[in-house]
Amino acid sequence: MSDLRELYQEVILDHNRRPRNFRAIEGATRRAEGFNPLCGDRLSLYLKVEDGVIKDASFQGSGCAISKASASMMTDSVKGKTLSEARDMFEQFHQMVIGHADPLALPERLGKLAVFEGVRQYPARVKCASLAWHTLRSAIAAKDEVVSTETSSATEGHG
Amino acid sequence: MTNIASIDVPSQAGINVRRIREDFPVLRQTVHGKPLVYLDNAATTQKPRAVLDALMAYYSKDNANVHRGVHLLSERATHAFEAARVTVQRFINAASAHEIVFTRNATEGINLVAQTFGRSHLGPGDEVVISAMEHHSNIVPWQMVCEEKGASLRVIPITDEGALQLEEYERLLGPRTKLVSIVHLSNVLGTINPVQQMIAMAHRCGVPVLIDGSQAVHHLTVDVQALGADFYVFTGHKLYGPTGIGVLYGTERVLEEMPPYQGGGDMIESVTFAKTTYNALPYKFEAGTPNIAGAIGLAAAVDYVTGIGIDRISAHERELLAYATAALSEVSGLTLIGTAAEKASVLSFVMDGVHPHDIGTIVDQEGVAIRTGHHCAQPLMQRLGIPATARASLALYNTREEIDALVAALHNVRQLFA
Repeated sequence: MSDLRELYQEVILDHNRRPRNFRAIEGATRRAEGFNPLCGDRLSLYLKVEDGVIKDASFQGSGCAISKASASMMTDSVKGKTLSEARDMFEQFHQMVIGHADPLALPERLGKLAVFEGVRQYPARVKCASLAWHTLRSAIAAKDEVVSTETSSATEGHG
Repeated sequence: MTNIASIDVPSQAGINVRRIREDFPVLRQTVHGKPLVYLDNAATTQKPRAVLDALMAYYSKDNANVHRGVHLLSERATHAFEAARVTVQRFINAASAHEIVFTRNATEGINLVAQTFGRSHLGPGDEVVISAMEHHSNIVPWQMVCEEKGASLRVIPITDEGALQLEEYERLLGPRTKLVSIVHLSNVLGTINPVQQMIAMAHRCGVPVLIDGSQAVHHLTVDVQALGADFYVFTGHKLYGPTGIGVLYGTERVLEEMPPYQGGGDMIESVTFAKTTYNALPYKFEAGTPNIAGAIGLAAAVDYVTGIGIDRISAHERELLAYATAALSEVSGLTLIGTAAEKASVLSFVMDGVHPHDIGTIVDQEGVAIRTGHHCAQPLMQRLGIPATARASLALYNTREEIDALVAALHNVRQLFA
């Protein structure tokens, strides 16, 4: 089972069992949906961005261990980053999972996210690991707007 | 040529699986260093040497275009192609070879009926009845034609075990019903639907019925006249035949009055720019050069399974299903999906705390091939309240040892996700 341990490392299993930031954000300024139709992984991503800095990030949804752990670790790692820093992290993560990154340089650029390096041996699972990141990229590209978890009528009339 | 039926050390079910496995070269490989355990037969089946040889022989000796030539090779190709049609006719006991239309697959067959019969029979307020367990191929073509014609889809509900609710079906049959389209054997649940009874009920209301037999024809004996089906579709690659070939059966009466599907060569009688007349059945529905090799390969597959005997294959699979059902039920945290009284060949399941996708990856490492996901049945997944299942599906070459390998691999899953 040692090969599988490269994919299902302890930290990934931990993030699957107890995903961090597994909640909605009231008053999120960015929101994006991610869906992998091949396997049914679904993701709602919430960001609270102030002055170009990600103050809070969270997610909800259902999916496999890889997608859940990836979303969990991603939301942890983008907190406190600027939007452009987060965009760079997307690029680095993506390069890593498709096998184009320099493995020696990974830990300093991606820190704990380097645990997903094992995914490149499992091409069928690359989409699982990158779903959260692709969703993040959509959220970054979107415009600032109040995305309320309440009905729109509740926010009408506020100046 | 080896007749498999005569080389026989009968197992309990009467087939010699060890001998049969020798007919399937693809089974002799290792995957991640482990012997291949191929349990994804509902997705596609492996091909016996007889089919591979037939394909090779056709292209090596008999290849020519059919129906149009006067030279010897084209006569041989035409003869082989039309003989394949008769083989299929006999396989499902159709009244005439004119009722066998070769298509690309079952999906194309359903689209053909939706776009020809459907378009010419559906109007605003009319209804098409399908079931909650259908594959997308038996949902989307009807949605498309209903939208075009202002008709609507009515859906027969299922029980939690995965059986159709026949009282609800009865209720849905009404004066606006123009067609019923139902799967014979569910690719997710393994449920065998009482299609003969359902066809009789529809006919009492004057409603024709299409049956999707993609998963059925190699697990059960199918007699389209006994069933009374107006249309029956199936696909070659799930029946130990090549990809790219399927069959649409329709009664001569109903096919005769349907307008053509695709236009082009072969489906015409005469063409002028002023007017074109169409060819007789079944050619009216076979435009262009057909998948000649595919039809010949399909016939070889049909000969292979009838040589062994569908009854004996069915008995072997039933035994294996019972063994597998018992074995999987012992795995902690595993729930079988699809437990209807009448079922065959398919074992869908979920495991507590483990997404099917992860199950699939982990068992793949042990050489075990299963399928995970929604199996082209998203509405069914929604009805069952789950995003996906893991699915093992059986064929005539599977063994108890292979089920044991699956169970051992599932224990690995448990261990990793403890």
